Amino acid sequence: MKKYEYTEKKDTRSGFGAGIYELGKTNPNVVALTADLAGSLKLENFIKDFPDRYIQCGIAEANMIGVSAGLTIGGKIPFATTFANFATGRVYDQIRQSVCYSNKNVKICASHAGLTLGEDGATHQILEDLGMMKMLPNMTVINPCDFNQTKAATLAIAEHDGPVYLRFGRPVVPIFTPADQKFVIGKAWHVNEGTAVSIFATGHLVWEAIKAGEMLAEEGIEADIINIHTIKPLDEEAILESVKKTGCAVSAEEHMLNGGLGDSVAQVLARNLPAPLEMIGVHDTFGESGTPDQLMIKYGLTADKIVEAAKKAMSRK
Amino acid sequence: MEIQQLEHVATAVRRDIVRMVNAVNSGHPGGSLGCTDFMVALYFEVMNLKTDDGGQVVFDMDARDEDVFFLSNGHISPLFYSVLARRGYFPISELSTFRKLDSRLQGHPTTAEHLPGVRIASGSLGQGLSVACGAALAKKLNGDPNHVYVLMGDGEQQEGQVWEGAMFAPHHKLGNLTAVIDLNGQQIDGPTSLVMNNRDLGAKYEAFGWHVEHMEGNNMAEVVTKLKESRQDPDVPTLILMHTEMGYGVDYMMGSHKWHGVAPNAEQLVTALNQLPLTAGMSDY
Repeated sequence: MKKYEYTEKKDTRSGFGAGIYELGKTNPNVVALTADLAGSLKLENFIKDFPDRYIQCGIAEANMIGVSAGLTIGGKIPFATTFANFATGRVYDQIRQSVCYSNKNVKICASHAGLTLGEDGATHQILEDLGMMKMLPNMTVINPCDFNQTKAATLAIAEHDGPVYLRFGRPVVPIFTPADQKFVIGKAWHVNEGTAVSIFATGHLVWEAIKAGEMLAEEGIEADIINIHTIKPLDEEAILESVKKTGCAVSAEEHMLNGGLGDSVAQVLARNLPAPLEMIGVHDTFGESGTPDQLMIKYGLTADKIVEAAKKAMSRK
Repeated sequence: MEIQQLEHVATAVRRDIVRMVNAVNSGHPGGSLGCTDFMVALYFEVMNLKTDDGGQVVFDMDARDEDVFFLSNGHISPLFYSVLARRGYFPISELSTFRKLDSRLQGHPTTAEHLPGVRIASGSLGQGLSVACGAALAKKLNGDPNHVYVLMGDGEQQEGQVWEGAMFAPHHKLGNLTAVIDLNGQQIDGPTSLVMNNRDLGAKYEAFGWHVEHMEGNNMAEVVTKLKESRQDPDVPTLILMHTEMGYGVDYMMGSHKWHGVAPNAEQLVTALNQLPLTAGMSDY
């Protein structure tokens, strides 16, 4: 079993900020838009060095999405940034018609996703965004797990021609993926090999899955841990190859169970390789105020719960 | 093109519109007929469009080094399709496929079918002004001196997103943008003044920082002149309140919201076509 350690913690949104700054230097067509959240989205360096390619939209997200679609007509690659709630639910129809149906090369980059937004509470803690975005034809949906992976994903989506939803967050979390990684859209990352149970994790839950893997190993259970950073297109091959070995699975995500990663994994398994699946996520409820750690514990999004779910999945084989 | 020639094209386009919606017993003739003079003037006289050496229009999605038009009120698609076809973007014969299965001419315009001339899907109202702002901004970033036009409905002004765009354009000094509102005073449920009164749209846009003009939208000579004049100020976007009559050209459709989204039957079609006689050199699709 591969051992993962970290020396530094950072927020994934800063990975995005580093990525967009890099793109500012390397790709003259990249433009950054925001709806009064430039600081929260870590755009400071981009704004300082590329002021002409920074577009402040004010608190008007629907217009920002439409402006982004229009900017692609003329060859620009717009990165539209705001909180995940305002980047999806608030502007679903604008994304649907002006971006996805029109198949425009717009990158919707969303921070503060999920419960780990923390104290602001449920108005801002969107847990439905992956579901809404994955349902849209032409949309690619990416949910990276740490600073380095978020930066790499930011660079990768600039090279992809078509609409992308990139989801990241606010809390500082361990950096455990390589700084020099090549991010391949739609290609899952095999975190650890095992034969007892598959664990499919995305976003902040990947680190929890790694910790769960270590706890399971202490009991002699070898988990096959896979980071599904791309929710759509889903790496079905990686999922099926893993479950062929293990015969059961756990999904883990900071998202509503309806419409999330687990829901996608369940479809793949039901259609191709029926097997017991336990799902870690939020059960049809809104979040609330609290610290990120308190909320993850209260809503059961922790390594402990992944361990329990793994054992339960194994017992159902 | 001479004004009279433009009027001849407009008549042929109006015949297309009523025939297209009659053929599938669906679609939106009222607004289409009202905006015909505007769109013919735009495509046949006002806009700088990319052409090959033989004068044939050439379409690419990026619209660099040419003017670009967006239709925000996508339901007047019969007009848009007829004008695009007659300007040479695709064969006129294809107008007969409007709203039928496997057609590129969907009920509302889309890029999904790769129909030349269409650069954005529209139909869900309120989004076109934002898209036009983005395209105008891209032209500025690219150092492209060409102009962006967008057409909206007056009922469409009830959508909140329109006012987000209205705020954005003057703030970002989009003098290369002209927005036109089809001020026919009608929407599906009745007169706009009764459904949800927009009141003084000109004063509203002026307060947002636009240069505001009025135009008689069913007077070809005035339409051409006003549209050409609208490209003056490099830093201030222009809003044209285009006074039109819904259903213009067909007497029983004129001025009533009842023909917003209803197709004429066979008998009504004959009456309409009799009121829109083809001129020499023009033909139906």
